[in-house]
Amino acid sequence: MALTRVIPCLDVKDGRVVKGTRFVGLRDAGDPVELAARYEAEGGDEIVFLDITASSDKRETIVDLARRTADEVFVPFTIGGGVRSVRDAQAVLDAGADKVSINSAAVARPDLLEEVAGVLGAQAVVLGIDAHRTVEGYEVFVDGGRTPTGRDAVAWAREGVERGAGEILLTSMDRDGTEDGYELELTRLVSEAVGVPVIASGGAGRPDHLVEAVEQGHADAVLCASIFHYGQYSVGEAKARMREAGIAVR
Amino acid sequence: MSPGGALDAGAPNAAPAPRIAVLDYGMGNIRSAEKALLRLGARAEITSDLERARRADGLVLPGDGAFPKAVAGIRALGLDRVLADRVDEGVPVLGICIGMQVLFDGSEELGGAEGLGVLAGRVRALKAPGLKLPHIGWAPVEWRRPSPLCAGLGPSTTLFHVHSFAPHPADPGDVVGVAEHGHPFCSAVERGPVWGVQFHPEKSSAEGLALLGNFVARCAAGAGAGSPGAEGGTTRRQPSAA
Repeated sequence: MALTRVIPCLDVKDGRVVKGTRFVGLRDAGDPVELAARYEAEGGDEIVFLDITASSDKRETIVDLARRTADEVFVPFTIGGGVRSVRDAQAVLDAGADKVSINSAAVARPDLLEEVAGVLGAQAVVLGIDAHRTVEGYEVFVDGGRTPTGRDAVAWAREGVERGAGEILLTSMDRDGTEDGYELELTRLVSEAVGVPVIASGGAGRPDHLVEAVEQGHADAVLCASIFHYGQYSVGEAKARMREAGIAVR
Repeated sequence: MSPGGALDAGAPNAAPAPRIAVLDYGMGNIRSAEKALLRLGARAEITSDLERARRADGLVLPGDGAFPKAVAGIRALGLDRVLADRVDEGVPVLGICIGMQVLFDGSEELGGAEGLGVLAGRVRALKAPGLKLPHIGWAPVEWRRPSPLCAGLGPSTTLFHVHSFAPHPADPGDVVGVAEHGHPFCSAVERGPVWGVQFHPEKSSAEGLALLGNFVARCAAGAGAGSPGAEGGTTRRQPSAA
């Protein structure tokens, strides 16, 4: 059994980290590569970068980020935001990234998952799903959570895996940024629906939330942003709590 | 920066930074291996040039991907000959993931294909009933015997794996490290100058770099020696009718 992973996530815009961080003494607190290296040193098992730059052609930005990261960071890393074609994905992986996360582009054209997995392998394809709770269940939203799609999150996860996604990065829009804990029901529903690892995202505020995501949500990995960025906890402290709870981590 | 640990303390003088050729045979994710070696002080370069591979102090076969395509890529470039010659000379070779698998006699991946036969044994699918495949993630590798590959790493090291297949060496003595995914599988091999790892040391943080450092140190030791065949020349297995 693979160990449960703890994955710090960095939002990047125009090559800079947009959220503040607790780290002191950095040469450049906005440099995503330097922050990623710090998270690696703290015990982060992987790093996810989400590029939120608003521009039509982002390939150069994300390839440059992948290249600079591969120079300094020696844990697996994923780049999301801006991958719209096999060429985009190939360029990011050639630069040293391990996976691409595809979100809106996969909803717009689901064949993209098959195309990228066919060339680069399912292990390199993460399907990013932003889900919002509705009366009936959970609906997939795109464009950074602005646009509803009418798709059911669980059904979309299942379809995405059939089409070649090797992992699901599942974000609860309702919990994202709240620090109230992960959306456990959503996480569990998707984890039970697919045979690939599910990364829980959105809502982590303290280490107990990570434990819940694994124990109750059956998540294979937990993604965290503000809990690490703003200072309450280090990756090492979060993992220590998980270990106490009996969860196997690195 | 000193490459790796004090593995080769017996070397006659401080070894120069070794030239390590990271072989590009058309497979994915090879840049990270180059960057990790550079970080460790080696003069690493990605190349598919036969002459560069013949002059290097060590060879790394990195990469992700499918077995048949990997072997075909190596043969198409003529790197299989160079590899065999360099192993005969005792030059250190490190295969990573698919780059390790191709060193064996063959694999059952995608209907089966012959490998380079540098190491005896075959590559088979992981048996992991009820578990997810590919096996992706950090897994402890238990070191089963002393080896320069895992020198200084302690009894067990957690390393990053991405694979659905693993080697079954014909000679159990080749096995250095064993990990588990449903069942135990061979995750690291060493036979003379040939090292192979199923995990990705270049993606395994400090522990992975320590292991790569052992390889760099090995290459550096060889770079200082005048006759590269002195140590490993007899270790390459002979072709057999079996």
